[in-house]
Amino acid sequence: MSTVRIDNVSRWFGNVVAVNDVSMTVGPGVTGLLGPNGAGKSTLINMMGGFLAPSTGTVTLDGATIWRNEGVYRHIGIVPEREAMYDFLTGQEFVRANAELHGLGAKEAQHALATVEMEYAQDRKIATYSKGMRQRVKMASALVHQPSVLLLDEPFNGMDPRQRMQLMELLRRMGAEGRTVLFSSHILEEVEQLAAHIEVVVAGRHAASGDFRKIRRLMTDRPHRYLVRSSDDRALAAALIADPSTAGIEVDLKEGALRVQAVDFGRFTTLLPRVARAHGIRLLTVSPSDESLESVFSYLVTA
Amino acid sequence: MYNRTVARLTYRGLLGRRRAFILFALPALLLVISVVIRVLTGADDDTAANVLGGFALATMVPLIGVVAGTGAIGPEIDDGSVVYLLSKPVKRPTIIFTKLVVAVGVTAAFSAVPTLIAGFILNGNSQQIAVAYAVAAAVASVAYSAIFLLLGTVTRHAVVAGLVYALVWETLFGSLISGARTLSVQQWSLALAQKIGAEGAITSDVGLPLALVLLIGVTTLATWYAGQKLRTLTLAGEE
Repeated sequence: MSTVRIDNVSRWFGNVVAVNDVSMTVGPGVTGLLGPNGAGKSTLINMMGGFLAPSTGTVTLDGATIWRNEGVYRHIGIVPEREAMYDFLTGQEFVRANAELHGLGAKEAQHALATVEMEYAQDRKIATYSKGMRQRVKMASALVHQPSVLLLDEPFNGMDPRQRMQLMELLRRMGAEGRTVLFSSHILEEVEQLAAHIEVVVAGRHAASGDFRKIRRLMTDRPHRYLVRSSDDRALAAALIADPSTAGIEVDLKEGALRVQAVDFGRFTTLLPRVARAHGIRLLTVSPSDESLESVFSYLVTA
Repeated sequence: MYNRTVARLTYRGLLGRRRAFILFALPALLLVISVVIRVLTGADDDTAANVLGGFALATMVPLIGVVAGTGAIGPEIDDGSVVYLLSKPVKRPTIIFTKLVVAVGVTAAFSAVPTLIAGFILNGNSQQIAVAYAVAAAVASVAYSAIFLLLGTVTRHAVVAGLVYALVWETLFGSLISGARTLSVQQWSLALAQKIGAEGAITSDVGLPLALVLLIGVTTLATWYAGQKLRTLTLAGEE
């Protein structure tokens, strides 16, 4: 059972602040590190993996500083996002080399290859592998020494649905065994399927932490903005504002549309068509105007 | 200090990359030139010394040193695959030392051995010229490998920096500014060659004791610093 602690960590590159005063504790089980692209997820994982020094703050594994401490790799397995591997090796040679670097041998390498179901292609050169196969061999190389901590940077990128499910199952199993598994993703659904506990980072800041369902509810219940065009915008506006699910409406004369802010997502989505029908109004356009992942995450920062 | 797995990965990476053709092309060129000269002009000690000193030691050895020294680590750092070495409980100086051993081995094999053969072709080792230049090439291989391995850890443009050093500093400045010759791996190794070769057959601008101190000092310092650089190597994310 191992715990990775990040204490008041900031990291900047020149004038750019990639991670800003983040503190979090990642313990046994599966944790999802969620955030849009460029939020600082890879920077955090690189610091947890000992490949980047924090500008301020500390990153430790069970109390031991990770940066410049080769000994921690006895307990940490890393699956990097970058594709580059030793392409001139076969899958088996690659995993075997990783085992040897841990002082292990062919038996452990074979076990790791079997765990990720890559034995069938182990004698092929890595250069001939698909993205998903590369990902699995990377996993095998990280698992070869049975680490208590597994760090995965965007592990599902490029995987087909079947491979994705297999990897999720494997990570779930590892989490259930008491290992500390942390994976990063910018895809909400991926995290939803796998991690009960999530850490959300947005623009380098730690936006939320805790149970996925609670955070998901927070995301769903946030004020939603819609752009609505109809056959009679003013009549529709009057009817909608009477309901408590609508917090505000602006008549955008330039766009010829209504800008509606709904506070109760579920109620508003059923209310809108009902009100329109009741008043004989035709809905021409209903489009969410703030559904990008970035805006969802940004909301969490202020929530 | 030496890790067999790191050595195997380095060796296979070095010989498996496209730029490895230089490792084969330059020695082949030296041997072809030597055969042609021997056939056309017969055995001549001055010619042998000119070819071995002017082409083998001054050009071929540093170029092969650049390919082997920077190639032993540079590409892995550039593409990020070095993460698989660094995320292991292996001391970073051990990784550097092992890569140095491989780079020295490859450089010496592809420069000292062909130099020896070329020397025998050119004048049958008269005045010990073949052996002297081969030893000089082997010694220079050690220093060049250490310098270029260090360049591979400190800059992403290690090959360019290595070529600038090998061709501009060693060749151009060395021939124009006498002081620069004191800081030349080529001259240090020539000091050893001078000692081995017959009297007056080979000359160096640097005395043997100073040459040995500089060779050992530069190799040790470059290797130590490369190890330190690798300990603090930062792998930035793709964000």
